[in-house]
Amino acid sequence: MNPNPIGPPETGSPSRVAALRALPARIGRLFREMKKNKHAYALIAPYFLIFGTFTVFPVLMSLALSFTSFNMLEPPKWVGWHNYARLFVQDDIFLIALKNTLLFALITGPISYMACFLFAWLINELPPKPRALLTLILYAPSISGNTYLIWQTLFASDSYGYANSFLMKWGVIMEPIQWLQDPRFMLGILILVQLWLSLGTSFLAFIAGLQNVDRTLYEAGAIDGIRNRWQELWFITLPAMRPQLLFGAVIQITLAFSVAEISIYMIGFPSVDYAAHTIVTHLVDYGSIRFEMGYASAIATVLFTMMLCTNLLTRKLLGKVGE
Amino acid sequence: MNNQMNMKLKMTKRLNRSWAVDIMLFLLLGGVAFFMAIPLIFTISNAFKPIDEIFVFPPKMLVRHPTLKNFTDLVNIFSDSWVPFSRYVFNTFFIAITGTVGHVIIASAAAYPLAKIRFPGRNFLFSLVVMSLMFTAYVTQVPNYMTISWLNLINTYWAILLPSFGMTLGLYLMKQFMEQIPDALLEAAKIDGASEYRVFWTIVMPIVKPAWLTLIIFSLQSLWTNGSVTSHKYIYSEQLKTVDYVFGQIASGGLVRTGPVAAVTLLMMSVPIIVFIVTQSNIMQTMSTSGLKE
Repeated sequence: MNPNPIGPPETGSPSRVAALRALPARIGRLFREMKKNKHAYALIAPYFLIFGTFTVFPVLMSLALSFTSFNMLEPPKWVGWHNYARLFVQDDIFLIALKNTLLFALITGPISYMACFLFAWLINELPPKPRALLTLILYAPSISGNTYLIWQTLFASDSYGYANSFLMKWGVIMEPIQWLQDPRFMLGILILVQLWLSLGTSFLAFIAGLQNVDRTLYEAGAIDGIRNRWQELWFITLPAMRPQLLFGAVIQITLAFSVAEISIYMIGFPSVDYAAHTIVTHLVDYGSIRFEMGYASAIATVLFTMMLCTNLLTRKLLGKVGE
Repeated sequence: MNNQMNMKLKMTKRLNRSWAVDIMLFLLLGGVAFFMAIPLIFTISNAFKPIDEIFVFPPKMLVRHPTLKNFTDLVNIFSDSWVPFSRYVFNTFFIAITGTVGHVIIASAAAYPLAKIRFPGRNFLFSLVVMSLMFTAYVTQVPNYMTISWLNLINTYWAILLPSFGMTLGLYLMKQFMEQIPDALLEAAKIDGASEYRVFWTIVMPIVKPAWLTLIIFSLQSLWTNGSVTSHKYIYSEQLKTVDYVFGQIASGGLVRTGPVAAVTLLMMSVPIIVFIVTQSNIMQTMSTSGLKE
């Protein structure tokens, strides 16, 4: 019997009971729904099996291993926050790597992002033929693989190097500079090469996005009192291509944080005074040379967190475009 | 009257200013295009330089007396190598082509339900994919090495191929592109009795040709020069290595090899660029749907 026949009706509880009672039905419906869509699951299965094995599982695994000491021979041993403490307190080289990576990302990230947009925007106003040609020239470096090694010749350390020879001819310097061995220049050269490589996927996405902005928006804008192309850019073009801007930001941020190969192949590994050491090269060092997998996982987790946070922050900022 | 004059003044002023800005902007564009092109021009020019021009002082940008000697030297270097050069070439093509074909098919198959079928879990799975675009693959390398060794795939082509099938950018672009296919078209086919698999293979795949050409260039670009950090760890048999790896070997031959190295660089660079030239308009079509919705 109802224990409380007169008192105020209990709110929430009956509906909760109802929800609980409906649960089996809901699960049943979910199962039916899933069964009905078995074709869909069959189609996605191969991809998500691989994606799970090589992307989702490793991230979780990395997180778990980062709290252990593990060398692949003995079973992992739980060490708590020790790896992280070691990273930020004891490991001076990691701090150099962190500083280099942040410096690198803060410079190449925004510059390359804006360059991708600026040049896409300029190219967009050209007739189709020159547009296709310029797209090719600007995009080619990012798909040409190892070709960036040609910068080694350009910055060779003897007077045969093009940069040295050029500067000496003009009397700027008297003797050749050891561009790739001198800690003062390494990071700068890496930034230059990275910028050379960075008009990639987002650049293409921006060109494509610009071509698809609805023309009538511009006409409407002209009537509404848009006075110059900068206003047009800010109030019409940018908001219209916000999805592309977001996509481009994701790609450029990922690129800016993951520099390693050009450092290893251009400067060498390890670099003089660790001047070209980045978080990823630190990770490569511990993960593939020293096989301190627990410690390497902690490095990977720090990098993962940094990239994700930067992405989420950038998304917030890009939400303000056109306001 | 005054107002009108004011407006006229404003307009001419604006035109003048934007004219000057235009010139500056296009000069900038020209300068950057030059900066981007120089290393490429260099690479091309170096490959055809005879040895005395490579080491001339002061160094010259462009080749004076072009020769094919670097390419014939390259052939000579490999004619007496332990593993025949054709084997490295085969490996490079095998990995690039198998990896690309596998990626296109597997990613398209997964993209179709994500774009067009409402099934439980679809939003969650797609948000995982978007999230994975936000970090570099280096993050996963430690566990991946362990997984690949547990699966006994070390020193096989699969160590490189299998992870490359699951590239996220390809799935993402493909799904975004498929979303614009009109539902009515797919419904009509289903009413005619076609199964989901049939709809996917005979209706969707032909429509999304621009998208898979785009997936091809991205996959090719990552596999073509895969000799980088990752593959050295997974493959140690000489017979399974790629041209990209040998490239490093020739380069370590020192100064004498500068010519042949330039020749290899040119050959390696030209393949992705030619593929891009051929597929450019299709790629632009795909990228127009690449936007990330909030």
